Amino acid sequence: MAEPASHAQPGGDGQTRRDFLLQATTAVGVVGTCLSLWPFIDSMNPAADTLALSTTDVDLSSVKVGQSITVVWQGKPVFVRHRTPDEIAAAAKDDGETMRDPQKDADRVKKAEWLVLIGVCTHLGCIPGGQKPGDSRGDFGGWMCPCHGSHYDTSGRIRKGPAPANLAVPPYTFTSASTIRIG
Amino acid sequence: MSGFHTNSKVIGWVEQRLPIFSFLHHSAVEYPTPKNLNYWWNFGSLAGFQLVVMILSGIFLAANYTAHTSLAFDSVERIMRDVNYGWFMRYLHANGASMFFLLVYTHMLRGLYYGSYKAPRELLWWLGVVIYLCMMGTAFMGYVLPWGQMSFWGATVITNLFSAFPVVGKFIVTWLWGGFAVDNPTLNRFYAFHYLLPFVIYALMVVHLWALHTVKSNNPLGIDVKTPQDTIPFHPYFTIKDLFGIGVFLMIYMAFVFWAPNFFGEPDNYIKANPMVTPPHIVPEWYFLPFYAILRAFTMDLWIIPAKLQGVVAMFSAIIVLLFLPWLDTSKVRSAAFRPIYKQLFWVFVADCVVLGYCGGKPPEGNLVMIGQLATAYYFLHFLVILPIVGKIEKTRPLPASISSAVLKPMEKA
Repeated sequence: MAEPASHAQPGGDGQTRRDFLLQATTAVGVVGTCLSLWPFIDSMNPAADTLALSTTDVDLSSVKVGQSITVVWQGKPVFVRHRTPDEIAAAAKDDGETMRDPQKDADRVKKAEWLVLIGVCTHLGCIPGGQKPGDSRGDFGGWMCPCHGSHYDTSGRIRKGPAPANLAVPPYTFTSASTIRIG
Repeated sequence: MSGFHTNSKVIGWVEQRLPIFSFLHHSAVEYPTPKNLNYWWNFGSLAGFQLVVMILSGIFLAANYTAHTSLAFDSVERIMRDVNYGWFMRYLHANGASMFFLLVYTHMLRGLYYGSYKAPRELLWWLGVVIYLCMMGTAFMGYVLPWGQMSFWGATVITNLFSAFPVVGKFIVTWLWGGFAVDNPTLNRFYAFHYLLPFVIYALMVVHLWALHTVKSNNPLGIDVKTPQDTIPFHPYFTIKDLFGIGVFLMIYMAFVFWAPNFFGEPDNYIKANPMVTPPHIVPEWYFLPFYAILRAFTMDLWIIPAKLQGVVAMFSAIIVLLFLPWLDTSKVRSAAFRPIYKQLFWVFVADCVVLGYCGGKPPEGNLVMIGQLATAYYFLHFLVILPIVGKIEKTRPLPASISSAVLKPMEKA
């Protein structure tokens, strides 16, 4: 008349099958509850219709040398600048300068005369001035953010002020000689 | 213990099934309250009153508000012009937020001065800090709802703070926005959470009161209640005193609502949000200015830590440090009345907060940058260095034997 083997003996280690089942069930329950949070968290990420607005086509033919246009992509302003030869030369000349976010001008453009940038300051998201003829363009002839005084050069690189990174270059392709698709 | 009894059959019947009458009697009538509380102890009940005013005015505003980027601004203008007493609801709510922070800041400073955060009230203090954090979140999201220029750009700047965190920062910001910029999904969810959080605050307030009623009120002498002679019942003595406080408060509050309703507002917020144009000078509401100054005080990269991340971490730390206060202040004596050095340092700290607030409201130029940095340094120095040391070296004045003995035999010069 032996006791069932699974039953804890007095003075044993106290672990029974029942303890194991309890702990395993609790663990599965906790993990499952945590996993069930994901749909709630992910529902706050961009929805399909928001993602669908992810490309913008831009016609460059009317933008003269030295002019800039601002287009909207994903709700953000995108600066498209038809750079002058002087601006291109200035940007290339500064490639060797000490910078917070070092990048060569050639790595930031597809065609040297067209500079395409997301017009959002990398500090706290304000829109830098420099698109309109009357705007201050900062110490480096590019853009200057009015909020906390970040100066960007003619390649959109951060040169002075609190912003941690260069103005971002959005993904874009030339769909013809004078049109681009952003996104 | 409970002094509650009734001859009413109806009350007795309810009481047997749900002891709500004895509970109310215990916690709002016979509740023993230190007899020496001064007017600084009015601000807790005032803040509770104001929470109710905010929830009420908010619900009636919600009945006429539309959380959509193309309609929000106009729906607020409709509330102002067309809805019966809509202007009153909105000015109650907008000025009420400023008043709520004014009351809560006074309530917190009362706690700092009289050492109300010290044992056994650490959890009571913690709950207060959590309520304050929830208030900041609620106020920030509420300010976005009118969808003016300051709403939009305030939301942009503050949500962008999270991009300072390495690797995950960008994903956090996109997740907060529900898109790639502050836009309709952002406005919608802010509205949902702005409606939810006040009820969370309400629940936290109940737990705050539960903790309070467990450890009982501190008092201006900062010494423990020793005998029943040290206390008087809450009702009628403090019900009437709190009501008097509400009367005085309402006179000030209504003066703003009726005669200077836009005193705390920014004119730019009467311009509809435009994602393509940043206003030249973005300022948060006054109650966030000291923290905004701390955020901007960091201008130099250190090794691999960018200035932006330092500022963000410092700003959050400025509030988190309050949680450690019960252990950072090493003095055994609670009330500043018996702490000659801390008493002065308290006012230096208040002045430091005012300086930070001033710097936070101005463009960061010239001397203000340096002043903001020094004031930020002092803010943390006060908590992390000065309080631990002063508590050890300060020679405190002798404490009275009890609350009633201090009243019966006025202290000598000490």
